Amino acid sequence: MKSADVLLSGRNVTKVFGYGKNRKTAVQDVSFDFHEGEIVSIVGESGSGKTTLAKILLGLLKETSGEILYRGQPRRLKRHADRKKYWKDIQAIFQDPFSSFNVFYKVEKLLLDCIKLQGLKVSEEKRLEMMKDACSFVNLKFEELHNKYPFELSGGQMQRLMIARIFMLHPKILIADEPTSMIDACSRSTILDMLLKLRDANNMTIIFITHDVGLAYYVSDTIYIMEKGRFVESGPADEVILHPKHPYTKQLISDVPKIHEKWDLAI
Amino acid sequence: METNTLEMARSGVADARRTVLEVRDLKTYYKTRLKEKVYAVDGVSFTLEEDKTLGIAGESGCGKSTLSLSLMGFYFPPLHYDSGSIIIGGTDIMKLGKEQLRKQILGRKIAYIPQAAMNALNPTLKIIRFIEDIMKEHRPELDKKQVRELAAERFETLNLSPKVLDAFPNELSGGMKQRTVIAISTILNPTVLIADEPTSALDVTSQKAVIKLLKDLLAKQFIKSMIFITHELPLLYHVADDIMVMYAGEIVERGTSRQIVFDPLHPYTKRLMGSIIVPEQGMKTQKLAAIPGAPPNLKQKIVGCRFADRCMYVTDACRQGKIENRTAGDRVYRCLVDPGTLKEWYANEER
Repeated sequence: MKSADVLLSGRNVTKVFGYGKNRKTAVQDVSFDFHEGEIVSIVGESGSGKTTLAKILLGLLKETSGEILYRGQPRRLKRHADRKKYWKDIQAIFQDPFSSFNVFYKVEKLLLDCIKLQGLKVSEEKRLEMMKDACSFVNLKFEELHNKYPFELSGGQMQRLMIARIFMLHPKILIADEPTSMIDACSRSTILDMLLKLRDANNMTIIFITHDVGLAYYVSDTIYIMEKGRFVESGPADEVILHPKHPYTKQLISDVPKIHEKWDLAI
Repeated sequence: METNTLEMARSGVADARRTVLEVRDLKTYYKTRLKEKVYAVDGVSFTLEEDKTLGIAGESGCGKSTLSLSLMGFYFPPLHYDSGSIIIGGTDIMKLGKEQLRKQILGRKIAYIPQAAMNALNPTLKIIRFIEDIMKEHRPELDKKQVRELAAERFETLNLSPKVLDAFPNELSGGMKQRTVIAISTILNPTVLIADEPTSALDVTSQKAVIKLLKDLLAKQFIKSMIFITHELPLLYHVADDIMVMYAGEIVERGTSRQIVFDPLHPYTKRLMGSIIVPEQGMKTQKLAAIPGAPPNLKQKIVGCRFADRCMYVTDACRQGKIENRTAGDRVYRCLVDPGTLKEWYANEER
């Protein structure tokens, strides 16, 4: 994994909200290297700046200082054309599947938009075939769904539909911001399996933003632990989770209920 | 509750724990626009003893939340009551009128914490106002000062700062709001507390604080017993004494939490345990097994086992007639196969 190319990297990225008395540093001086085909998790509790970092990576927020390099070049988002090009390579799945879709569009239209966005000029049959492929990739039946509105689907189905869209767009980077926190444990394993399958199919970089340490450990190659806007510990998943060094990481891991170990409520 | 004790004493069962809640063959349904009946809770019976925490596990759409609403007598359309009884402290709450239910049972005998409990707080009111509101209805003899004393004392015992009482909801963090709501809803010392996914919206650190609070309530006898609903199995394993697994409106298995997690009998329970993710050694190499398909559509009447379509051990016999509960030692489960054969199958899977 280490030998792969660095796709996205940050140098001393800082984000400050507000001025004067209300000044609040959400992300402080973080540096990272995300490689091609790597699965990275950024773990931290609520308010640690995970989502702010995700938004900076997506280009939805501008960093206050520091720089972000994409494929070794400073990332440019000034012009609309630049942004459009960047967003072809980077996509996101958000926490709340219920608000990720336009409720006025049927599933067919939502998927069709993915083809149009890429500017592909393909025949009607080819389009239908692409949509069917994408749906079967995530174990949904296109025939049953195409005439439905998003709110008629369950949370797990919507999140899978989101993955189907990503499958059609094949971006280089996927940012998954708590993709499974609003769905139950059973659909969670389905979603995770699909994301891993997607990585294998497209050699995509996946950045998980999560507070679920178990999930981060299960899926990722590299884990970054975030506390109050800083990365306090990072490294290969096995090392960080099984042999944590920083007290915050230890605390975080001890807070998670486990099956084979006692869960100490006293600490 | 007194008659209950007397009965126990008479029958000579001295060491048996007191039953605080008994549900017999409860059936509730949702009425669709086409006047179809969808039974979301279909013949559920169970008992809950004092000082116990009962966990309910299952996928989304299995009727866990409907069951919790039904237990409180919260029947608002489209949810309707069909048959069965819910007995709390000797009274069948289904025989009470709406007003009686509200005055005598809700808050006093049975309290409920929904998943997004923190959203229940009106942002324009201070926390103390919610407590005053409850007291005005249930303990009208107390004046404002006494209410404040009582609330401050309760918050203090639960390791919550009494300063919270004068805060507005938006000044508190998510976990703190959730804990405050729990403290408010248990202020009348209810017999049973139903917690429906109280920690799903919180991160692990706040989750631990909420669980600590709930355990504290039990230990200090503010609540007698608790029903804890979640799909997060590692959490349920630590919180609950007994776990019931629900599938398509039925209870398919009940056992102690250790039995359910490490030694499941029903094929559905077994599959459910396959979706556990914990940060422990060996997790990375383990293959997560998702259950194929989705829970059945309850609009259609299902003959035979409800899990049949997704079960990998399904036989023709599974699809015929009603599957009855089966007892094996101290455990109850709903499957045709005997425990020995099931365990043999599961052992083969692991090989």
